[in-house]
Amino acid sequence: MSDKVKVTIDGISVEVAPGTTILNAARQIGGDIVPPAMCYYSKLEGSGGKCRTCLVKVSKGSEKDPRPMPKLVASCRTTVMDGMEVENITSPEVVEAREGVVEMLLINHPLDCPVCDQAGECSLQDLGFEHGAAQTRYEFDRRTFERIDIGDKIQLHMNRCILCYRCTYVADQITDGRCHGVIGRGDHAEISTYIEKAIDNDFSGNVIDVCPVGALTDKTFRFKNRVWFTKPVDAHRDCPTCSGKVTLWYKGEEVIRVTARKDEYNEVEEFICNTCRFDKKKTSDWVIEGPRAIANTSVISSNHYETLKPLPVIQQNPALMASNKEEFERTKKS
Amino acid sequence: MARKLLFEHINVPGINTFDVYRKQGGYRAVEKALKSLSPDDVVEEVKKSGLRGRGGAGFPTGMKWSFLAKPEGVPRYLVCNADESEPGTFKDRYLMTNIPHLLIEGMIVSSYALGANTSYIYVRGEMMPQIRILEKAIAEAKAAGFLGKNILGSGFDLELYVQPGGGAYICGEETALLESLEGKRGNPRIKPPFPAVSGLYGCPTVVNNVESIAAVVPIVNEGGDEYAKIGIGRSTGTKLISASGNINKPGVYEIELGVSVEEFIYSEEYCGGIANGKRLKAVVAGGSSVPILPANLILKTTNGENRLMTYESLSDGGFATGTMLGSGGFVVLDEDACIVRNTWNFSRFYHHESCGQCSPCREGTGWMEKVLHRLEYGHGTMSDIDLLVNVAKQIEGNTICPLGDAAAWPVASAIRHFRDEFEWHVTHPQEALKGNYGLAHYADPLPQIAQTV
Amino acid sequence: MLKVTETQEINFSKELIAQFDEMVQRYPQGKQKSALLPILHAVQAEYGWLSPSAMDNVAEYLNIQPIEVYEVATFYTMFFLQPQGKYVLEVCRTGPCQLVGADKIMDHLEKKLGVKEGEVTKDGLFSWRGVECLAACGMAPVLQIGPDYTYYENLTADKLDTLIEELKKK
Repeated sequence: MSDKVKVTIDGISVEVAPGTTILNAARQIGGDIVPPAMCYYSKLEGSGGKCRTCLVKVSKGSEKDPRPMPKLVASCRTTVMDGMEVENITSPEVVEAREGVVEMLLINHPLDCPVCDQAGECSLQDLGFEHGAAQTRYEFDRRTFERIDIGDKIQLHMNRCILCYRCTYVADQITDGRCHGVIGRGDHAEISTYIEKAIDNDFSGNVIDVCPVGALTDKTFRFKNRVWFTKPVDAHRDCPTCSGKVTLWYKGEEVIRVTARKDEYNEVEEFICNTCRFDKKKTSDWVIEGPRAIANTSVISSNHYETLKPLPVIQQNPALMASNKEEFERTKKS
Repeated sequence: MARKLLFEHINVPGINTFDVYRKQGGYRAVEKALKSLSPDDVVEEVKKSGLRGRGGAGFPTGMKWSFLAKPEGVPRYLVCNADESEPGTFKDRYLMTNIPHLLIEGMIVSSYALGANTSYIYVRGEMMPQIRILEKAIAEAKAAGFLGKNILGSGFDLELYVQPGGGAYICGEETALLESLEGKRGNPRIKPPFPAVSGLYGCPTVVNNVESIAAVVPIVNEGGDEYAKIGIGRSTGTKLISASGNINKPGVYEIELGVSVEEFIYSEEYCGGIANGKRLKAVVAGGSSVPILPANLILKTTNGENRLMTYESLSDGGFATGTMLGSGGFVVLDEDACIVRNTWNFSRFYHHESCGQCSPCREGTGWMEKVLHRLEYGHGTMSDIDLLVNVAKQIEGNTICPLGDAAAWPVASAIRHFRDEFEWHVTHPQEALKGNYGLAHYADPLPQIAQTV
Repeated sequence: MLKVTETQEINFSKELIAQFDEMVQRYPQGKQKSALLPILHAVQAEYGWLSPSAMDNVAEYLNIQPIEVYEVATFYTMFFLQPQGKYVLEVCRTGPCQLVGADKIMDHLEKKLGVKEGEVTKDGLFSWRGVECLAACGMAPVLQIGPDYTYYENLTADKLDTLIEELKKK
C-alpha cells in the first residue's frame, strides 16, 4: 500500500505525501496549473490564506467522500485527500473569482511601477499582467500613507503593501524579537513599528526578499537601477551567521545589490544575514558560481542575453563562460 | 400566551440575584445533570431537543458538541460567545442584564456535558455593566457551591471567567473570538482546523452563543423531547427575537418558533404594529447581514403561504425571495425609511468592522460603502448599481470568514428587491436628498408567479 | 505610524498591578497574554487613554513584545490612542439607531458641545464620536460613556441636554 495520496489538478494527477496542500501538489506538477500565491510562503509557518489569489475549486472532495466543497478554497491552506479532484485554470468560476481578487488588490495600490524598485520582479505586477483587467472601475482616492524608514537600510512604502503578513512572520520566526507588525484594522491596517523604531537584527533584511511587492525595499539599492538592466550572478562566501549563498546583482563591474537566491515561485532558497546583504558589495568578497538562472518569461532576462557580453568575472572562467553561453542560446530561442 | 422557557420568570423582582433565581427553581438543571445524568446523557438530550445555534448560523448544537475531540490529557474548553454586535440584535444583552444566572447555570451544565473544567464567557467590551453583573452572579454561584471544586459532591470542577472584548464585531466569529481571548488581534483563523479539534490554546473547544447555552437549562429540566415539541419541523423550541426600528413596542420577545411574521409585527403581544400609524415597507429579519425583504415578501412566501418565524419559512425561496432567521435581529422599516440610506449605513458598518486580513473583504467593503455613499448623496450613476452587485459578488464566498458574505448580502438583496428606489436616487438626486421614495409598490400583493426556469 | 506628542513616563500603581495579578490567574500557565484586553481596559480606566509608555509597561508586565500590545490596542475600537475628554460620549450610529434619529442626536451633540467628532472641549470635559452598533437597538437611540460604559437609552435632544448638565456638575 502506498503511503502517498493521489490528487488530480486540472486533469493532471500527481501522488504526494499526506498533509501536502493543494498548492504544493500543484507546484510538484508545475506549469500553468500552479495557482498564484501572494501571501503564502512555504518557509514561513502559518503564512497563507489571506490574499485569496490561490482560490481553487474542489470538484471532488476525496475518494471516500466525493462531495464537492461548497465554496472555493485557498489552495495554500487546504490539504489534499486521496482521490481529490481540483479545478484551477479549467474552472471559469475560479478564473472569475481570481480576477475579482486581483482587482481588489489593485484598487488601492498606487500603480507607481515606473518609480518602484520592485518593478520587474514584482509578484503583483505579474499577477496583474496575467489576471487583471486593463481598466480600473475604482473611482475614489486611493489610500495613502507616508513613506518611512525602518532603520537606515530598509524603506517601507505602505501604499504598495497588500498586507500579506509575510514580513511579520519573518520577524517572528527568524529574528530574535519582532518590533514591527500590523497595526490598525480593516483597510486602515498598516505594517508599522507604531512609534518610530529601527528594525535592528541580523536577519531583518529578509523582510525585503519576502515582500511580494515594492512595500519593503533595500535602501542601499534605491533608485540605483532597473532590475532588468542588472545581471544576477550566484555567489557564496564563508559567512559565520548565515549560509552565505546569495545572488549578486551586477551593473557593469559593480555589485549594486545582494539578495537571497529565489526560486521560480519567488521564494528564497535560504535566508541570508544583513552583513551579506548590505555590507559585502565587492566582487572580492565573494566566490562567484555562475549566472543566476532566470525564467525566460521574466523581464529580467529580456535584456541580458541579446548579445553575448559576459561579465569580466565570467570571462575569466571557462566553465562559467560555457554556462553563460548556454543561457544566451536558450533565451534567443524563445 | 406563548410558552416561555427562558423568560418565564423574567419579571420576578430580584430575579437577577442568586437567591430569587434559586427560589424560582434555578440551578435545578445543574442538580439534575450532575447527580443523575452522565455528560453523554446531557449531550443526548441536547441532540434530541433539536436546538440550533442561536448566534446566527443555526447549526445543531448537539451535533456541534458531538464533534468535540477528546484526546487524553488535553483540556477542553467551553467558550460562550457574548460578543453580541450584529446590528439589530440585543437579546443577549437583555438576557445577561436581567437573568444572568440562567447563563451561568447553562454554562455549568454545558461545561459538564463537554468535560470542560475552565470556561469563559467572552462579552463584548462595551457591555461593561453586563460584565460586572456576570462577575457578581459568578461569585454568588460560587459561594453557593455551584462553581469551584467538586460541585455538589459530584467530583466535577469548574472555574468560570468573564473576558471582555475591546470593540470589534469580528470577534463574534468564533475563531476571531478565540484569537481575541488569547490576547491577539481578532483575525479569524483559517479553517480547518475547526475549534472542535484545535480551538483555544490549540485545545478542543466549543463556542456557543449566550441564548444557546441558556436554552440548555430548560432542555435538561424538561428533557430534549419536550423541548422539541415546541416549534415546527426542524425549528424547535423558543427563540429570542430582538425587535427594533419603526415599531410601537421595540424590545426582546421570546417566541415559539412558528408564529407568523404578520402576527409578530402587528399583535399587541409582540411589536404592536408600525409606529406613528405608518405602513410597513421592509424588514431585515435576522440581523443586518441577512437579506432585506420588502413588506409583501416578508409577510408571504411566493407560494402565497404566510411566512412564519422559523428557520425554514424565512429562508423559503432562497436568496431570490427569502431571507434568514439569523440571530433574530428583527429590524422593521416603515414607509419613510430610505432603503439606499439603510444599505449605505449597514455597508459602512461592515467596512468599519472588516478585520482587513483577506483582500476581498478589506478592499471590497470600503469600495461598496463609497459607492453607496455616492448614491445616497445624489452623485451616483446607473452603472453604480450594477457595479455594487458585481463587487458584492466578488466578495461573497471568497473570504476567510463569513463577514464577507455578511457585507455582501445586504447590498445584493437591497438592489435585488429595491432596484427602482436605487434608480430613483440616480434620476432624482435633488429629491432624494430631501425626501424619500416612499412605500411605492413594496407592499402590493405578490403577483401569482409562474414557475420560472 | 503614530505621531507621538506625549511621551510621559508612566509607572503603574500597586493597586493596578494587583488587578493585573488577579486577571492573569484566569488563564492557564504560560497563557498570560490572554489578560491583555482586560489589562488594557484597566489601564484606560485609570489614565483615560493608552499612551505608548503605558503600553510598553503592559508589554513588560506580560513579558511580550511592545508591538504585540500596539497591534492589539490599534485593532479594537474601544481603546483610545490619543488623550480624550473626561467624558467620551459614544453615540450609536448603526441601522436601527439611524432609523429612529441617531443622526439628529449627533448633530445636536456637535452643536451643544461646540466640537467636532473626535475633538475635545476646551474645558477638557467632553469629547464625542459615532460608534457602531451597541446592541441596544430596542432602546434606540443610545449612547455610552466610559470607563464603566453606562448606557443612556431612548435619547432625545432634551435628555441629552440634561445629561450633559449633570456630567458638568459631577
